Amino acid sequence: MKIAFKLFASLSDYLPPGSRGNRLELDVEEGTTVGELIRRYQVPERSAHLVLVNGVFVSPADRFRHRLKEQDELAIWPPIAGG
Amino acid sequence: MGWNRKVLRVNLTAGTCQEEPLNMQWAQDYLGSRGLATKYLVSETDPKVDPLSPDNKMIMSTGPLTGTMASTGGRYTIVTKGPLTGAIACSNSGGFFGAEMKFAGWDMIIFEGKSPKPVYLFLENEKAELRDAGHLWGKSCWETEETIKHELQDPLVRVSSIGLAGENQVMFACVVNDLHRAAGRSGVGAVMGSKNLKAVALRGTRGTSGIKDFPAFMKATTEAKKVLADNAVTGQGLPKFGTQVLMNVINEMGALPTRNHRDVQFEDAGKISAEAMHEKRPSDGKAHLVTNAACFGCTIACGRISEIDKGHFTVKNSPQYWGASGGLEYEAAWALGAANGVGDLEALQYANLICNEQGMDPISFGATVGAVMEMYEMGVLTKEQLGIESPFGSPEALAKMVEMTARGEGFGKEIGLGSKRLCEKYGHPELSMSVKGQEFPAYDSRAIQGMGLAYATSNRGACHLRGYTVASEVLGIPVKTDPLVTEGKPELVKAFQDATAVFDSAGICVFTSFAWTLADVQPQLAAACEGDWSMEKLNEVGERIWNMERQYNNAAGFTAKDDNLPPRLTTEPAKTGPAKGLVNGLATMLPEYYKVRGWTPEGVPTTETRERLGL
Repeated sequence: MKIAFKLFASLSDYLPPGSRGNRLELDVEEGTTVGELIRRYQVPERSAHLVLVNGVFVSPADRFRHRLKEQDELAIWPPIAGG
Repeated sequence: MGWNRKVLRVNLTAGTCQEEPLNMQWAQDYLGSRGLATKYLVSETDPKVDPLSPDNKMIMSTGPLTGTMASTGGRYTIVTKGPLTGAIACSNSGGFFGAEMKFAGWDMIIFEGKSPKPVYLFLENEKAELRDAGHLWGKSCWETEETIKHELQDPLVRVSSIGLAGENQVMFACVVNDLHRAAGRSGVGAVMGSKNLKAVALRGTRGTSGIKDFPAFMKATTEAKKVLADNAVTGQGLPKFGTQVLMNVINEMGALPTRNHRDVQFEDAGKISAEAMHEKRPSDGKAHLVTNAACFGCTIACGRISEIDKGHFTVKNSPQYWGASGGLEYEAAWALGAANGVGDLEALQYANLICNEQGMDPISFGATVGAVMEMYEMGVLTKEQLGIESPFGSPEALAKMVEMTARGEGFGKEIGLGSKRLCEKYGHPELSMSVKGQEFPAYDSRAIQGMGLAYATSNRGACHLRGYTVASEVLGIPVKTDPLVTEGKPELVKAFQDATAVFDSAGICVFTSFAWTLADVQPQLAAACEGDWSMEKLNEVGERIWNMERQYNNAAGFTAKDDNLPPRLTTEPAKTGPAKGLVNGLATMLPEYYKVRGWTPEGVPTTETRERLGL
């Protein structure tokens, strides 16, 4: 299934070379969890601070339970804030 | 130093400067800065005063931690009655000006009356004098600061001033210090302009003294700085990416108000984000961002210093804008960008530069342009009226409007009224995205429900800095709450509002609250200040300040009807994102909020609440 994998701020370093706009289009197997993708791209779990699927927060406890669906957009940030 | 115990009262009508003792009982009850200055204002002025009349007063005030070793202890506040809203105005700025006021030996400067001609105040330690500013009138904030430093032959003088916007009484004019820090919101610059006060120049060489328990203070501030350094947000995220890193977050959440809140997601959010600020431009191979910057005593350093593309249409013939300068921060990037559908980062930087140079609040300016563009697209406003085709997304229109508004030329005079007056004038009051006349900042309350209540009840009109529940609803600070529900939000909003009043009144930056709670501030205040500064006392002071501001607004004529949101947010559901189909649930939250606050169903503090807080 096709999903979008987006890493922002300092996490963009974990995207493969040549990735553009903080975004990677991926074809992943059915049932892939958020946690598995975070591990696959070697994003340190402590740095994967704010995790959103289609804009909705996924808590740390749910990352290995939350299975991605076709066309999902997974976006991840390190600890950040604004004002 | 705790407090210097000294107030300077400047009567601009009479041209006098007089020293008086700080009311120390009030300092115990209202702490400093925002709280203490508001106590002075409510005690000395009629809440129904015309904000731009000589009878209004304008107070510049520091807090007990301003100018000390406490991290971020460089803040000062301008308190007055705001012309944009008619409500209490309380605008807080960083930079170095606040600390310099403390070093000169003062806690607060109260300006009253109106000078018969343009003047500026020069304050050097105990020496205070009003000087002619005829030669400064008509100059920008940047030129004013440079001119004053030159004529005083002192590069270390700190200057707060108004630019053309304040002189022209643009309703959202601000007061700029240290080139690109500003007491930004509610039109405090227009009040300063109405008094013919062009600038305040400070030089203090007394340094810091009078800390109650110096060893305890050094221990407390050192420990608190370690908390900031060890926290991933304040120690790494904010210094590297600044506030603008929120652009993509808030867009993903469907909470980025776009095209005057018609939409909640902006297709070009990535182009105006913190990530884009780090990317090299194709035109010159340089990144927009040059470095980060810190205000006085700050160990976070979230500020952005950027360099505009010299070949961009806005500046290619204006080399004075080619150097590194302040911006973009999240709020300005949103208001000048997404709010108008403009995705041209260089155009936003240009508009931001003009706002800094001429002293305008980029939030209210940008949001007002959003309303103008919507009325243009509806055919209510025409190219002939505006002087330029002005569809959403036009960087050319944005650039022209910022110049016209600052200079008070053409349709810029109308934009300078702010969106509420402008939209009413053209028959579409519903298009003003504001509360109590002040424009929203960068969070759509259909997707972050608590912010709707925070906006509706903010004492200075729509504002994110009175109760930033985004911290909890988006970032999980101190605990994560669901942004799409209304349950629990009245309590959350009250807690944020009261705690923020303490941070503001202490003289420190509210950004410390991403890592600190009041329990981190309390030992610093207790070591610096005479009196009891327990947690219980701080919570009480925060609540007292909030209720005092509310009472002022009620006396000025505001009622529960003004605790409201524009119909777009309560009747037009979000079109996309997680909040698709949702409106803001203010009607559910507001009655509960009044109860939590100890107010009547009409939004008035009950006798019991007032007595409990000593009001």
